[in-house]
Amino acid sequence: MAKPLPALVRLHLTGLRVILVFTVVCGLAYPLLITGIAQVAFSRQANGSQLRQNGQVVGSSLLGQTFDLPKKNPNDPKEQARPDPKWFQPRPSAAGAGYDATASGASNLGPNDPGLTQTIHDRRAAVAAFDGVAPGRVPPDALTASGSGLDPDISPAYAYQQVDRVAKARGLDAAKVRQLVEDHVQDRNLGFLGGPRVAVVPLNLALARIG
Amino acid sequence: MDPTLAGALQALALVAALALSHRPLGDYLAHLLTSAKHLRVERGIYRLIGVNGDFDQTWMAYLRSVLAFSAASVLFLYAFQRLQNHLWLSLGFPAVGPATAWNTAASFVTNTNWQSYSGEATMGHLVQMAGLAVQNFLSAAVAIGVVAALIRGFHRNRTDRVGNLWVDLVRVTLRLLLPVSVVFAIVFVAAGMVENLHAAAQVTTLSGGGQSLPGGPVASQEVIKEFGTNGGGFYNANSAHPFENPNPFTNWLEIYLLLVISFSLPRTFGTMVGDRRQGYAIVAVMAVFWVGSASLLTFFEWQHNGTALQAAGAAMEGKEVRFGIAASTLFASSTTLTSTGAVDAAHDSLSPLGGGVTVFDMMLGEIAPGGTGSGLYGMLVLAVVAVFVAGLMVGRTPEYLGKKLGGREMKFASLYILTTPAIVLIGTGVAMTFRGERAAILNSGPHGFSEVLYAFTSAANNNGSAFAGLTVTSTWWNTALGLVMLFGRLLPMVFVLALAGSLARQQPVPATAGTLPTHRPLFVGMLSGVVLIVVGLTYFPALALGPLAEGLHR
Repeated sequence: MAKPLPALVRLHLTGLRVILVFTVVCGLAYPLLITGIAQVAFSRQANGSQLRQNGQVVGSSLLGQTFDLPKKNPNDPKEQARPDPKWFQPRPSAAGAGYDATASGASNLGPNDPGLTQTIHDRRAAVAAFDGVAPGRVPPDALTASGSGLDPDISPAYAYQQVDRVAKARGLDAAKVRQLVEDHVQDRNLGFLGGPRVAVVPLNLALARIG
Repeated sequence: MDPTLAGALQALALVAALALSHRPLGDYLAHLLTSAKHLRVERGIYRLIGVNGDFDQTWMAYLRSVLAFSAASVLFLYAFQRLQNHLWLSLGFPAVGPATAWNTAASFVTNTNWQSYSGEATMGHLVQMAGLAVQNFLSAAVAIGVVAALIRGFHRNRTDRVGNLWVDLVRVTLRLLLPVSVVFAIVFVAAGMVENLHAAAQVTTLSGGGQSLPGGPVASQEVIKEFGTNGGGFYNANSAHPFENPNPFTNWLEIYLLLVISFSLPRTFGTMVGDRRQGYAIVAVMAVFWVGSASLLTFFEWQHNGTALQAAGAAMEGKEVRFGIAASTLFASSTTLTSTGAVDAAHDSLSPLGGGVTVFDMMLGEIAPGGTGSGLYGMLVLAVVAVFVAGLMVGRTPEYLGKKLGGREMKFASLYILTTPAIVLIGTGVAMTFRGERAAILNSGPHGFSEVLYAFTSAANNNGSAFAGLTVTSTWWNTALGLVMLFGRLLPMVFVLALAGSLARQQPVPATAGTLPTHRPLFVGMLSGVVLIVVGLTYFPALALGPLAEGLHR
């Protein structure tokens, strides 16, 4: 008969057996159970709250997108993106080249970073000129990148600021566009959780529907 | 509604929810950790793993089990990542590199969940759910086991037995962590979180561009990430990512989940030692620091000092609009005061003193309320120190809950409070001396130093959040921080279990008129003072070079 294993080896094997048991219970059974329930009961949420236009998936109501003009030269990675005046614009993004969901993340630049300070001054001038408002009125969320780089929302102030520019670019009645924004403003959850906001992609989808 | 009022209501709702959970959850845990009965499924598991569930271990055997389990876990998780390309649901990702795999294995086993990788670009679904997330359960359960052993040290007399790790581990996982996870995972999905096994889908966006919509079993992992104070995000942006934290309600619930076990464990402590007032005193100290940190951090963020934040008009860099300032600061305080380290905003871009608060939170040793289990044992060790200091003042041998605190006990307590600061400060010092390693810093000036200090503080205290500007993907950083996390987790556990063994052996001494009552406001104040002084004196020079230098500079 083989000699019993030394106590220390047996102890590690006990540890390994615990891991294997719980890999089955917590690592496979549990997430698969939740996935099953989620897919049956909450399939819209579980699959990423997708938005469709003419049957085609065009994004997720939870993930922001860029709304830029087509590049002049699609093969030039250095070409600056130019915002398309026909769309409500999202916040600046540090995820990849902008709203890249394969590279979520923040700028991670510090509160005193000279580069970030300059970038914010430049953004203020550019956004003010683009939307035709006084630079002092541009809200903070229009000037800063979010934590995820995928922020789906902008502040109601930034949304209203863009109404006239969007209406003009699309040849629509400004009152109609303003009404659309009003319909898309979400208050804090339960009145006190988080911040008031406007989800940009659903707003733009609704905008595309009215012309 | 006024943002200040909304922020206050949000915190008050959280306090109310935590207060309501304190008693039932604390008592349930006490029952779980003392009951002699095993469930049938548990007996089945004991057979499978080959342990006797009715056998209590000495503190040494308990410790050996913790160490062996941690070693096996690191090896298993390392191998899992290295082989992921041969397994299902790898999404086409190659094997994780050796340095990153080592760092990540150490990180998840130690309940740190420091991430030197980007989830959506590195890890397949299988390694996330069956590798990393399993440690989210088990590492939390191990720490609850260790604190249970310490509490048994206080309430047991003249014994060398402090409990059985395998029993504690199996019970906590099966009877607490798993059922709660099932319930809240479904709540999370209903509230908008994703839960699927899809690879990323390529779509054409509204304006004709392209976007890749990621998939993943996120909700099931998100719950235990918070509930076990782990913090490892499914995606790189962690709880700032809309798929991990779609709205302010899920954000609030995540904060609740990451605090609730740690704020309830003092009740478990009070119940197990047979004097619930002892638990209330401990929870009061935790609450003092939590309220203080959350208020200060929120104040600094509303003030938004710093040239960039002033230029923008608010501290919104790195924050999400749906959360705004108050929900982000409440999350940041709670995640750094526990060992969670999940983030719903970029800490690197917090205002100078606001970022300083998050570092200071971790430097407190994560005790207010701290990580699941680790928070309470850290606080109890400091309570031992506080009682000792009080004893010195009146010149008598101190005792806590009837147990004498002699030389042996104080040696273990002192080693405990010295270990983590030593790792943090030596690690930071070493990293700062190397030009190559300094190149990993993103920001200039004192803020750059803060990034390094934050990294070592976070790793040694098993937090896992970061001033993420620091690039930690090199072999040096991965190896060094992996070691720091393991030492920062296991060495304190050695001292806690040794202390437990030493207390359990004693015959309790009866309380006399000279005994310091440890349930009165006087002791709450005394313990809070000891916490502040110990941490303040240890870390002040380092804080002065980083966050204070940046925050007080005009």
